[in-house]
Amino acid sequence: MINMTASIYLDYAATTPMDISVIEKMTDTMRNHYGNASSIHQYGRNSKKLLEHARKTVAEYINALPEEIIFTSGGTESDNTAILMGAHARSDRGRHIITTAVEHEAVLKPLKRLEAEGFEVTYLPVGITGELDFEHFKEAVRQDTILVSIMSVNNEVGTIFPIEKIGAFLSERDILFHTDAVQAFGPLKIDVKKAKIDLLSASAHKIYGPKGVGFLYKRKNIAIPSFMLGGNQERKQRAGTENLPAIVGFEQAVCHMKANRAQFNQHAVNLREQLIYELNHQAINFQINGNLSQQVPHIINLYFPNKLAEQLLIQLDLKQIAVSAGSACTAGSIKPSHVLQSMYGDQSDRLMHSIRVSMGAFTTEKDIKDFVKVLKEIV
Amino acid sequence: MIYFDNSATTKVTPEVLKVYEKVSQRFFGNPSSLHYLGTQAHELLESARAQVAQILHVKPTEIYFTSSGTEGDNWLIKGTAMEKMRFGKHIITTQIEHPAVAHSMDQLEHLGFEITRLSVDKTGQISIDELKQAIRPDTILATFIAVNNEMGAIQPLAKISEVLAEYPTIHLMIDAVQAIGKIDLPLGNDQRIDMAVFSGHKFHAPRGVGIVYLKEGKQVAPLLSGGGQEKGQRSSTENLPGIVATSRALRLLTKDEMKKRQHLAQLTQKLREGLKNLPYVQFFSTDKGAPHITCLGIQGIRGEVLVHALEAEEIYVSTTSACSSRAGRDSSTLLAMGIVHEEAETAIRISFSEYNTMEEVAQFLQAFKAIYRQLTRIYEK
Repeated sequence: MINMTASIYLDYAATTPMDISVIEKMTDTMRNHYGNASSIHQYGRNSKKLLEHARKTVAEYINALPEEIIFTSGGTESDNTAILMGAHARSDRGRHIITTAVEHEAVLKPLKRLEAEGFEVTYLPVGITGELDFEHFKEAVRQDTILVSIMSVNNEVGTIFPIEKIGAFLSERDILFHTDAVQAFGPLKIDVKKAKIDLLSASAHKIYGPKGVGFLYKRKNIAIPSFMLGGNQERKQRAGTENLPAIVGFEQAVCHMKANRAQFNQHAVNLREQLIYELNHQAINFQINGNLSQQVPHIINLYFPNKLAEQLLIQLDLKQIAVSAGSACTAGSIKPSHVLQSMYGDQSDRLMHSIRVSMGAFTTEKDIKDFVKVLKEIV
Repeated sequence: MIYFDNSATTKVTPEVLKVYEKVSQRFFGNPSSLHYLGTQAHELLESARAQVAQILHVKPTEIYFTSSGTEGDNWLIKGTAMEKMRFGKHIITTQIEHPAVAHSMDQLEHLGFEITRLSVDKTGQISIDELKQAIRPDTILATFIAVNNEMGAIQPLAKISEVLAEYPTIHLMIDAVQAIGKIDLPLGNDQRIDMAVFSGHKFHAPRGVGIVYLKEGKQVAPLLSGGGQEKGQRSSTENLPGIVATSRALRLLTKDEMKKRQHLAQLTQKLREGLKNLPYVQFFSTDKGAPHITCLGIQGIRGEVLVHALEAEEIYVSTTSACSSRAGRDSSTLLAMGIVHEEAETAIRISFSEYNTMEEVAQFLQAFKAIYRQLTRIYEK
């Protein structure tokens, strides 16, 4: 389906190719259901029906109610909305916010903005395995804590955070709980009710859906002001003409994920095992960053003591192998990863010698074999 | 089926759709990734930006891609307010803005900004004298809807620019969502307008892509922050297939633009001519407005009734703007024009695209007249 001849794509955590069924759904929607979902005529009503169907599908996937799903333009908008608006909604009760040092920039940047406005933010470090110390987290909670934002899965190392434990703890304290689930939504089973999550961000283009669409789950009975102001779309929670084709594409991606999740995860586990086996087999000097038993199987962060990540990336790129150092968004130049920094300290050699390998549905055993062969040549 | 609701949204043209499909399949890389797939995607993104810039007569570095017209409006208004609040907290706008502008203003008002909303006359235009009087030393932003979305009034951009030429520190913005391809837009380095907002799905591009023009040197704080895309001004993974498709749609829109505008004006003229002898038909738009929008009503008949009667004939129009349709609000534009509530309630909006035909207008007229006779029977005798 994709033009990837003689190339190996191992950057699924940055973005995924769209599944062909997603593209088909979207083009069909653009051709046949182009009414504005807010229009009162039949074309509008048909669009509205499709929109609400998609909302129901997405909601069911995380055990939410349809009215708890607000479609947005992507993970960044969902994160910005949850944090900025969540903090402002509760600012009369306190101005303290807790997050981790390893969040995505879409969480960290709005928090910086809130700090400039006078909010106080605690950035919890993670341990050497990338994991969050739950006791440490509990100690950080104060009387004036109004919002906690902790990601479900880290995007650079793949660490899974104890969202259910955090949710249970916070639900007794009337503190808003947001989780950036951009990397978790899809591969992991998320139950927002069980985990007692108030706000959750997700994106479509990480699960074979289109770019330009995501959602914010907002628990019923929680009021936060709208971020995008204008028309009355999304129950007045998010203005902007509904991006119906992309939303329908998102729905298809969720259906596709739901049907294949177990298989995808098993595939990723197999590939990861194979990768480690081949690396050892080829006697390549490497170490794994973090703790595999606490990570999603499709992301693995590797440390090559003998090779600068920047060089490695360029040389892999010449062989048409796509991996990344850190996240895609830290664009332009390679900055030391703030995630590895939190895990290993500022001075660690790992900061400049590590790459992220992320695998997906279209990755083959041959891809892994060829990737390691090339690594053997350059490391 | 006749679709005359193109100001609500348009159908994606097959050529544009093909571009979307092709880019989705062949260039799925994240434009921020450093590897070849990212580089390819990035190059494509920049070529789309260059094309959009060329069409709008501005520099590529002055073009930003957003998720919608709404986001563009929210960003530029709140971003200007945040950036310039230390110089002043006064903003000038009109009473007939799109809700994306109007509600952003309401929010700023709650935060302590002062908003002057200029009134409009019966044609929907502001008064230049009123604008002159509204300008204060602490004015930081003036924003105008270039073409009104409910009845098509065009604001006098040249005169507005002339007035504001004497106040270079005021950010001058236009909401050009309904204007692009329909009227001349004075953009570029030698023009006074600093910022403009566009939306792709109003010109046969896919939904989910907006364009913002922000003149070099003009400072605006970002709305979305995160990964630092769009030079730090608009974070979020770029919607590359949507963006490339939108640049193609813009190119198609502006190809033979004058001929297309003329075509739209002819459709509108035929529509007006065909209805002008019906005594109970009231036009809310003048013949001096944008060529693609006509707002009218039948006296005593609610707009919604007319929309549904036309729908039964497979003709799709709307009651003023789609955004307020479901809310069942009156047209705020018409009320601002001094039209009384009872009359404003009757309004429907007919909006053409370049792909509509004279034949369709003829069919519309026939259907409309039949409905008209039925609905106004009670007035006879």
